[in-house]
Amino acid sequence: MIEFRFQDRVITAEEGQSIGAALHAAGIRSWRTTRFGDRPRGLFCAIGACFDCLLTVNGRPDQRACQTVARPGDEVTA
Amino acid sequence: MIYDLAVVGAGPAGLTAARVAARRGLSVALLDAYAKTGGQFLRGAAQPRLTGVDVRLGRRVWAVEKSQERFEIHASETTTATTLLVATGAHDRVIPFPGWDLPGVLTAGGAQALVKGERVKPGEEVVVAGTGPFLLPVAVTLLDAGVRVKEVLEANRPSPRMAAALARVPSKAAEALGYARRLAEARVPYRTGHAVVAAHGEDSVEGVTVAKLTRDWKPYAWRTVDCDTLAVGYGFTPQADLLVQLGCRTEGDHVTVDDHQRTSVDGVLAAGEVTGVAGAAAAVVEGALAVHALIGAPPPRLLAERARLRRFARALELSYPVRDGWQHWLTPGTLVCRCEEVTVSALEEARDLGADDPRTVKLLARPGMGWCQGRMCGHAVARLTGHDPAPQKRPFAQPITLADLTLHDREDST
Ligand SMILES: Cc1cc2nc3c(=O)[nH]c(=O)nc-3n(C[C@H](O)[C@H](O)[C@H](O)COP(=O)(O)OP(=O)(O)OC[C@H]3O[C@@H](n4cnc5c(N)ncnc54)[C@H](O)[C@@H]3O)c2cc1C
Ligand code: FES
Repeated sequence: MIEFRFQDRVITAEEGQSIGAALHAAGIRSWRTTRFGDRPRGLFCAIGACFDCLLTVNGRPDQRACQTVARPGDEVTA
Repeated sequence: MIYDLAVVGAGPAGLTAARVAARRGLSVALLDAYAKTGGQFLRGAAQPRLTGVDVRLGRRVWAVEKSQERFEIHASETTTATTLLVATGAHDRVIPFPGWDLPGVLTAGGAQALVKGERVKPGEEVVVAGTGPFLLPVAVTLLDAGVRVKEVLEANRPSPRMAAALARVPSKAAEALGYARRLAEARVPYRTGHAVVAAHGEDSVEGVTVAKLTRDWKPYAWRTVDCDTLAVGYGFTPQADLLVQLGCRTEGDHVTVDDHQRTSVDGVLAAGEVTGVAGAAAAVVEGALAVHALIGAPPPRLLAERARLRRFARALELSYPVRDGWQHWLTPGTLVCRCEEVTVSALEEARDLGADDPRTVKLLARPGMGWCQGRMCGHAVARLTGHDPAPQKRPFAQPITLADLTLHDREDST
């Protein structure tokens, strides 16, 4: 198991798991809102095709949570 | 180094091709955007040994350039090869309904991927809906993971064509029977002629509206079902961006190939779902066939197997179409494009202004102009403007960063 931070929470993930899957498993189902309607977004396609799951990883914005493998100590924000 | 063969996509098709080509003494590079090989079907399974193949993972190929007799394949670095095989697979085909953008609504393939690839339960109480035989293995995967599957809803009705096709492929018939038995044991209802026509909830799904459908998918007899997750899929769409960029001929939603998996563009091969959705077994056969474009006549056994699997896929396609009746589920405020948040009424306004094809609608109302480049709304926007869905020409197969471009500028200037 590894640990990373999402906002002010510590999330545990299995080795090789994506950040999106680990957040979903931790009961966090959305991590950003849309530009116009302020609608919540999380996982949808889970294979990198829909771009719903974007978040910021270690300061790099617009990363697909479902395609980004969680690393120990990652700082993840919306 | 210039490879004899570069394979983009390490699913069943690409893996098979790379392995066969290396065994025949060709120099091979295998590229995939993901951190592991296996693609959508084998995901999570043990990583196969690929002796003699240069495997490059985490490489999102965003464009391919053809220059003289070779291909430059651009990802975070550039790979050069004399022959290119594109085996980039498919993604779920989805259609809009009110509430489909609520968290907790997942694609059917996405729900499957979470369990198989990530060992994560998509939810506790799940409704599975859409069309096509893929809904059955998804429901069984969820059951096996300890999820409560409340109902499986198939929008189409059983077709005699499908029964006949199954009778000709005993292995598929046995597989279908196995799924049906597992669902029956777990007392999960499988209802044909039913669909989820809306999802409800504040920040996440709390329930769905289920309706019975007429043969052309007009809903009637509505009821609600409580659930925390919906897995919904209406078949798959080939992911043929790189091939379309290169100018390969397409037919319907896929790229056309000959007996050697050759596309209409010299030196460009295609295998697997990009040549028409037909599943993992067909992808393996096509991957093996593609190598014969480089080494000689394809074995008749492989050609016969491909023909058999393609016939079966064709029967599936005809038995589980997406019928236009889904448009009755829409309300004026339903999002069609999730990225740019374009509603049904915004599309209608564009149409009233005279936009009658997907391209003009796109320019006026912006559906398909966001991050996903129309991958999620392509089918809906095409049908809502009375057109057949076709592969879209996207300037980049994957979003690229400024860093990628500057890297290439630097290379160009040296
Ligand atoms: C989400 C999902 C789940 C599925 N689950 C199952 C299942 O459980 N069982 C089943 O029988 N079928 C499943 N399918 C159907 C699947 O399409 C076939 O079974 C089979 O995997 C197709 O093989 P393929 O080699 O054509 O493509 P895929 O297996 O889809 O492999 C394509 C590969 O190409 C890579 N790729 C795509 N674009 C790029 C790019 N631009 N640059 C670099 N790499 C790229 C992808 O990362 C992927 O690894 C699923 C499909 C989807 C979309
Ligand atoms: S969930 Fe679709 S891209 Fe990540």
